[in-house]
Amino acid sequence: MHKIESNNVNFYYGENHALRDISLSMKENTVTALIGPSGCGKSTYLRLLNRMNDLIDGTKMTGSIVIDGADIYEKNTNVDNLRKNVGMVFQKPNPFPKTIFENVAYGLRVNGITDKNEIEERVVTTIEQVALWDEVKDKLKKSAFELSGGQQQRLCIARALAIKPSILLMDEPTSALDPISTSKIEELIYELKNKYTIVIVTHNMQQAGRVSDTTAFFYMGELIEYDKTKTIFTKPAIKQTEDYITGRFG
Amino acid sequence: MGTHSACLPDVILLKIKNTLLKTNFKQIKEKVIESILMLSSAATSITVVLIVFFLFIEGAGVFTKKPIDKGFLLAVNESNPVGKLEPSQIKDIFDQKIINWSELGGKDEPIVLFRTGDITDYYTEEELGENFVNFPDKINELIAKTPGIIAFFSDKYVNKEFKGKEVDINKISVYKFLSGEEWFPTAEPVAQMGVKPLIYGTLWVSLGAILLALPIALAAAIYLSEIAKKRTRNLLKPLIELLAGIPSVVYGFFGLVVIVPLIQSVFNLPVGETALAGSVVLAIMALPTIITISEDAMRNTPRAMKEASLALGASHWQTIYKVVIPYSASGITAGAILGIGRAIGETMAVLMVTGNAAVIPHSFLAPIRTIPATIAAELGEAPNGGLHYEALFALGCILFIITFGINMLVELVTNRNSHKKH
Repeated sequence: MHKIESNNVNFYYGENHALRDISLSMKENTVTALIGPSGCGKSTYLRLLNRMNDLIDGTKMTGSIVIDGADIYEKNTNVDNLRKNVGMVFQKPNPFPKTIFENVAYGLRVNGITDKNEIEERVVTTIEQVALWDEVKDKLKKSAFELSGGQQQRLCIARALAIKPSILLMDEPTSALDPISTSKIEELIYELKNKYTIVIVTHNMQQAGRVSDTTAFFYMGELIEYDKTKTIFTKPAIKQTEDYITGRFG
Repeated sequence: MGTHSACLPDVILLKIKNTLLKTNFKQIKEKVIESILMLSSAATSITVVLIVFFLFIEGAGVFTKKPIDKGFLLAVNESNPVGKLEPSQIKDIFDQKIINWSELGGKDEPIVLFRTGDITDYYTEEELGENFVNFPDKINELIAKTPGIIAFFSDKYVNKEFKGKEVDINKISVYKFLSGEEWFPTAEPVAQMGVKPLIYGTLWVSLGAILLALPIALAAAIYLSEIAKKRTRNLLKPLIELLAGIPSVVYGFFGLVVIVPLIQSVFNLPVGETALAGSVVLAIMALPTIITISEDAMRNTPRAMKEASLALGASHWQTIYKVVIPYSASGITAGAILGIGRAIGETMAVLMVTGNAAVIPHSFLAPIRTIPATIAAELGEAPNGGLHYEALFALGCILFIITFGINMLVELVTNRNSHKKH
């Protein structure tokens, strides 16, 4: 039984056919890397998994995506609950203009948790979980904008984890960060793997190789190859994949 | 061969010359354009400064003159210790609210009022003589023999033997001007220049307008920026902006014909021309300003913020009030303040629907009068250069200071906003 299963997914931005017949499944508690050149549809695919593309006018989707046995594009799907279960971390750190504490507490509050002690406990545990506690414990009441980019991104991960999702989507989470912050986040992904199913879009081949169990290579809206990361990086079945990984194009 | 080689440098020379000319011409052209641009902005700034200067010079005149008509005086008996009176005291005397000099720190003596026309109560026509030639003597005599008298008459009747004492009237002080509660600029014998009712009227109407307009405008702005489909927005927004282009007299007319009778019947009032009517009309006029500015601010909320909120399982509405509204709060404030600014300065529509009673309002269902409406209504009847005329300019100064303050506030709010976004 797969955690995430997509069958013949097609996606259109108006006339633009952005994803063609994507069928892709991910096991529970694994890290899947989506790689491919810019504009190949990997971010679009990622954003389908928590229905983030619903926000864009004039889009159309066919096929099905099944998470935990339920089609998330069914009419009676509760999108808010889906997004609670499928957390997301964005390309650029995007904390709210609130305090560090309130950033993490936000997801709890909007999901109806009002008990002060519970909120406080969950905020502290998740900040500890992303290894940010020692750095921010004295300034929880300060604005999140006072943190460095890498700290902000870890705060955003904590914010996503606070509401206890089972899936975590990461859209190029380190592309705006320096190498040290990047390695911290990669370590974090490695640890989170035990508890969460992670899908990560990345342009960084080494990163895909380091953190993921399986890798999917997208090109021009199509899924070219999907296999164990080791296989993809050592003996890919398709020439295009090899060319991309070795940097011959893209 | 020789001519040919001599020709070549000539051609080059000509080319160089042409280029030089061209650059020169271009430079001159740019200089001319630059100076035209500079002149335009300089002219604008100078005009603004001149207008403000003119306003304040004219307005200051009201504090340098005695509030009594030129050529008239107030006189009392020589023995009367009261020598100086406030304009408001004089009004109370002539309204017979003060009837004894002791109330003014004088002797215990009932006040006897005397206006020029009252002379026939004391003297017969024979005594006054042909064409009132004896008037100056008689008035002198009357003042001398009546210890409690206060007489208001033309100074052409004052002759050399005049034994009365001219009462010194205090000039209107800035404080009295602002805190005075009576606005009777044409009252006899002295004008009453208290602008408090007008300031209150202006503030009441504007406050009412903003209370009515803000919730509606906010709702409309949220709908337009966050909920409406693109096509709906493209249809509605120009319509709302069109509302800003309607002349204010048309709003006034609409208010007079529709809103005033409506208020009159709904609240069962004797007259519908009330502060509320003014507020409703102004609210309608302020709507486009507030809606447009707050909608722009809301649409400026970074997509990343909204997505972050939605990705955490927040509903659309939670995202609106927890992310979009806080983020655009300063824009919304700026819109509201500018809306108030428009309401405070609005003249015609308010003049038409508020009833124009210069009293301190105690309810939204009472007639009021605003500063701009007062200026518009009274400037035509105020003699040029007179006290009333200058008082109206002073009112203009007050209005200018209020709106200037409001604009500064907007500047402050929006500056804080841009600082936050960095």
